[in-house]
Amino acid sequence: MQTMTSILPAAIVLVSFIGSVFIFFTKKNQNLREAWTFITAAINLVLLFKMAKWILAGNTYSFHIAEVLPGLPLFFNVDGFGMLFAFVAGSLWVVTSLYSIGYMRPLKEHAQTRYFACFALAISATMGVAFSGNVLTMYLFYEILSLSTYPLVTHHQDAEARGGGRKYLTFLLTTSIGFALPAMIITYLNTGTLTFSNAGIFTQATDPTLLIVLLLLFIFGFAKSGMMPFHVWLPGAMVAPTPVSALLHAVAVVKVGVFCVLRVLTGVFGIDLLSSTPLSTIVCVIASITVIVSSLIALTQDNLKRRLAFSTVGQLSYIVLGAGIATSFGVVGSMTHIAMHAFGKITLFFCAGAIFVATGKKYISQMVGIGKQMPFTMIAFLIGSMSVIGLPLTGGIISKWYMVLGAMDSGRLWILIIYLISSLLNAAYFFPIVYNAFFCKEEDSQYPNKIKEAPLAALLPPVITAIGTVILFIYPELFLDFAKIAVGVSK
Amino acid sequence: MEFIINYYNYIIVVIIMMLGLWGMLALSNLVKKLISMAIFQTGIILFYISMGAKKGASIPIIKQAYDEHHHPIHQTINNMDYANPLTQILMLTAIVVGVATLGLGLALTQRVYSEHKSLHEDEILESLS
Amino acid sequence: MIEQAPALIVVIPLISALFITIIGLYQPRVSWALTIVTFALSSIFAFICLKHVVTVGPISYMFGNWPAPFGIEYAIDHLNALIVLMISIVAFLVAIFSKHDIAKELGDKIPHFYSLFTLLVTGLLGITLTGDAFNLYVLLEISALTSYALLALSGGRAYIATFNYLIMGTIGACFYLLGVGYLLINTGSLNMADIAVIISNNTYSYTVLAAFLFIMIGMWTKMALFPLHSWLPNAYTYAPTSTSCLLAPLMTKVSVYVMLRMMTSVFNYDYIFNVLQWQSVIVTLAVIAILAGSVLALKQDNLKKMLTYLIVAEIGYMVGGAWLGNANGFTGASYHIIADGFMTLCLFLAIGCIIYKVGDASLSSMKGIFTKMPMTMLGFLIGAFSMIGIPPTCGFFSKWYLISGAYEAASWHFLIALLISSLVNAVLFFRIIEVGYFQALPSEEPNHHHPKIKRDEAPISMLIPLLTTAGLLIGIGLYTADIVTYLIQPFIKNFL
Repeated sequence: MQTMTSILPAAIVLVSFIGSVFIFFTKKNQNLREAWTFITAAINLVLLFKMAKWILAGNTYSFHIAEVLPGLPLFFNVDGFGMLFAFVAGSLWVVTSLYSIGYMRPLKEHAQTRYFACFALAISATMGVAFSGNVLTMYLFYEILSLSTYPLVTHHQDAEARGGGRKYLTFLLTTSIGFALPAMIITYLNTGTLTFSNAGIFTQATDPTLLIVLLLLFIFGFAKSGMMPFHVWLPGAMVAPTPVSALLHAVAVVKVGVFCVLRVLTGVFGIDLLSSTPLSTIVCVIASITVIVSSLIALTQDNLKRRLAFSTVGQLSYIVLGAGIATSFGVVGSMTHIAMHAFGKITLFFCAGAIFVATGKKYISQMVGIGKQMPFTMIAFLIGSMSVIGLPLTGGIISKWYMVLGAMDSGRLWILIIYLISSLLNAAYFFPIVYNAFFCKEEDSQYPNKIKEAPLAALLPPVITAIGTVILFIYPELFLDFAKIAVGVSK
Repeated sequence: MEFIINYYNYIIVVIIMMLGLWGMLALSNLVKKLISMAIFQTGIILFYISMGAKKGASIPIIKQAYDEHHHPIHQTINNMDYANPLTQILMLTAIVVGVATLGLGLALTQRVYSEHKSLHEDEILESLS
Repeated sequence: MIEQAPALIVVIPLISALFITIIGLYQPRVSWALTIVTFALSSIFAFICLKHVVTVGPISYMFGNWPAPFGIEYAIDHLNALIVLMISIVAFLVAIFSKHDIAKELGDKIPHFYSLFTLLVTGLLGITLTGDAFNLYVLLEISALTSYALLALSGGRAYIATFNYLIMGTIGACFYLLGVGYLLINTGSLNMADIAVIISNNTYSYTVLAAFLFIMIGMWTKMALFPLHSWLPNAYTYAPTSTSCLLAPLMTKVSVYVMLRMMTSVFNYDYIFNVLQWQSVIVTLAVIAILAGSVLALKQDNLKKMLTYLIVAEIGYMVGGAWLGNANGFTGASYHIIADGFMTLCLFLAIGCIIYKVGDASLSSMKGIFTKMPMTMLGFLIGAFSMIGIPPTCGFFSKWYLISGAYEAASWHFLIALLISSLVNAVLFFRIIEVGYFQALPSEEPNHHHPKIKRDEAPISMLIPLLTTAGLLIGIGLYTADIVTYLIQPFIKNFL
């Protein structure tokens, strides 16, 4: 394994940042403004592809930003896991930008410039988190992300948005300042370093009580990962426009949360330490509770976006659970699941938004028979939900498969049962929607038997991501290889 | 008893200062507060002066003595004959500061009076609410 | 020229204060330019000194060439070189900022304002540089007297608020003077370094204890440590905007500096932390200050007053950090003097811009402020993030060191108080941001209809200092390692 000093990771973070500045100053010309978004996103993707080869050969890129504290610099260190996440965020950003245009323009939303500028800023911060080489750098970009997404969440600027935004920031800032910050400092004081390493930075000699406290502080400190009881902000943040919910609450923000948790579990504690101490069980128990409880809550939600939100909470805990198993396969599975779930869930959100654009409906009870009016959207919805449940022909099954393998490796059968129950619950809250949309009785249908889809810019993205979900079933190596390299499993 | 006799100057200083401090914090009339402030500062000045004072000592100016041929006589200087000049010089500065503070305080009091038509803290607070 | 730099830092503003008064009588506008030039020069000389201290070592400057224990010495080491630079830069920025504000608020008193301004900063610079305990008292009173006058300039409620400050300030200064008196009795010297040598050689008597106690109480009064804080909020709130912009970042911070200086250069670690062992009491006091300041700030509707209570909380940070008795805590306290100075300046300047344009600083006046004054709010946001402790602003790094210190000293209550205070700050500032961001429009209107708010930004001479300060907050944050390694650690090394 070699490490190359390169400006590439910094360039990716900077490009999105500069893009957001350009967007901010092209208020007048809408088309030019959107062009900036696509140009920036394209440059990002090109740079990412440039980096991919070197990473896939098992090497890393590093870039030193600044030495902010003596012996504790801000620096980037790109490995397979960071690359995987950057690819997910970078590729879905393009699709979401297209979708945003299709969503925002027909609805004549206000302050679109601010919207697109903050969006680019959020992506910049997400890339920063993905490439972070130590906990401090990660924390820095994590906080920037919290703040830059606040205007997006509260985009409507009405009373409801204020409530959601308040919850959003209260939970995210309270946990990051109250839990993650002291955990980080205490870790640094005890070990003298915050740099991620696969072996972990704690030793077996560390006081076990301290380890447990730190583990809890870290897991709940990165509340973007939505671990119960700090998940409340997520459904609250659904007041945002749907493209925001799609990218930020299915992909960037929540995934940054689980990414941070995974990074801490694998890079700070280390798989070996987790599996040889009760820490692994603690993580598994916390995650399992969230998986089951959130799925049960999702069953009761009638607002489609809220149901999706609770589904997200559950799926995030899947990812944490996979890492908590603390076997190589489990971790590979959970890393890959970040990508698989991202494609599946973003499809679902796109569909929810497309329905809203075309019909103005938000509630599941109002969607009986909608398959007749919007067949393409609902087929995409079906594929997306299959991926989230983990059924064949979609990418979701690959990552679940690895997690199940991991659970068997660790010899904890109860985790298998958790996976089984939750998959059933997932099916229980998704399939009725699809079933009613297509196969309702003629007299119950609330929609005319005539195809009238959302505008092309809003229809195309869910179709693209749905196809992407299927492609990921056929070629899971796209993301699987990165995860394997990150964990050190031979391909 | 011996303690009192040995340290009576400091005891008096402490009493004066406490009177002043009490007045600054407890009295409600602004002018009385300022008077107490002056008393407090005087206490401190006395404290400094008395620490430098010596019984039977005089000002530290050494008068050169000459013999009949107008040659200077070598004198042995006895510390006990002279008071410590440093504390007095310091207090000269402190007095200036004290006077300036008092002047400013009185000017403020005058303005407060023309603003609130009263010099009593309670009444001023009442007029504010 | 270079070897005279330590004296020039103070002498230039002192002399220019005189000229500002005289010239200002005929040409009031010139006084503004003269003040700016003065502090630009002071900043340059302060920077020269800082550079010299880092490359060569501490400077000892003897006034009139009288050798140390007899004459007045200006002793510049790593810490006060840094703080002097901060003071002169803050003064420089506020001087630029004040032009329009003073013309509006104190139209007929422009030269008075600037000569008092210059004198005040002269006093503060002197306090920071001097190595003589009594000289420090005189300079303390110079800055205090001028600050009373500056605070009272706006009239109305400011008179009684200033009067209370005058009483408390005089008590503080008198206690300090009393403490110095005890030191004089014990050692016969007024030079700090000299005193330090003498009292470290003899056993610690009650006289030394009395001296330490009086000096500390005096400084705590001056820096408004809870519960001695009651004078501060009113005095700063009712003062002219530019005055509070100058005083809020500097006055209390300089008092904290004096406390650190006394702890390190006159008394010593062994005496304070092993012989006296007051640290748990005083850290608890600091915890109370932090919590009380935060809670009282939450209750305020006037933004300026809210910020003054935040100062009270921040004082708790520094006092607590210094009394943790370990390197991290002390680093945090020293670093926070700089960080908090600029943070407070940034927020006060932003509020100053808003008051200048909107007319008052109540929470409700912030409606639609983001559309109206975007650049001002950018500065305000960065200041607010620094107060909350969001990286990479400098507020985060001071918190880092303070929390590290609290953890090492096992002062859990201090650690938790720091975190709570960060969260309260978040609530405070997001309350303002919410009002500015959401109440631009009545919420019952549909999303697409937004009443047009006209952009009405503060003049450029107010924006430049504000945005410079905001930039400094991030710059200082990114250079924390250098500041700590080259300036704070060499200073602490001698103490611990």
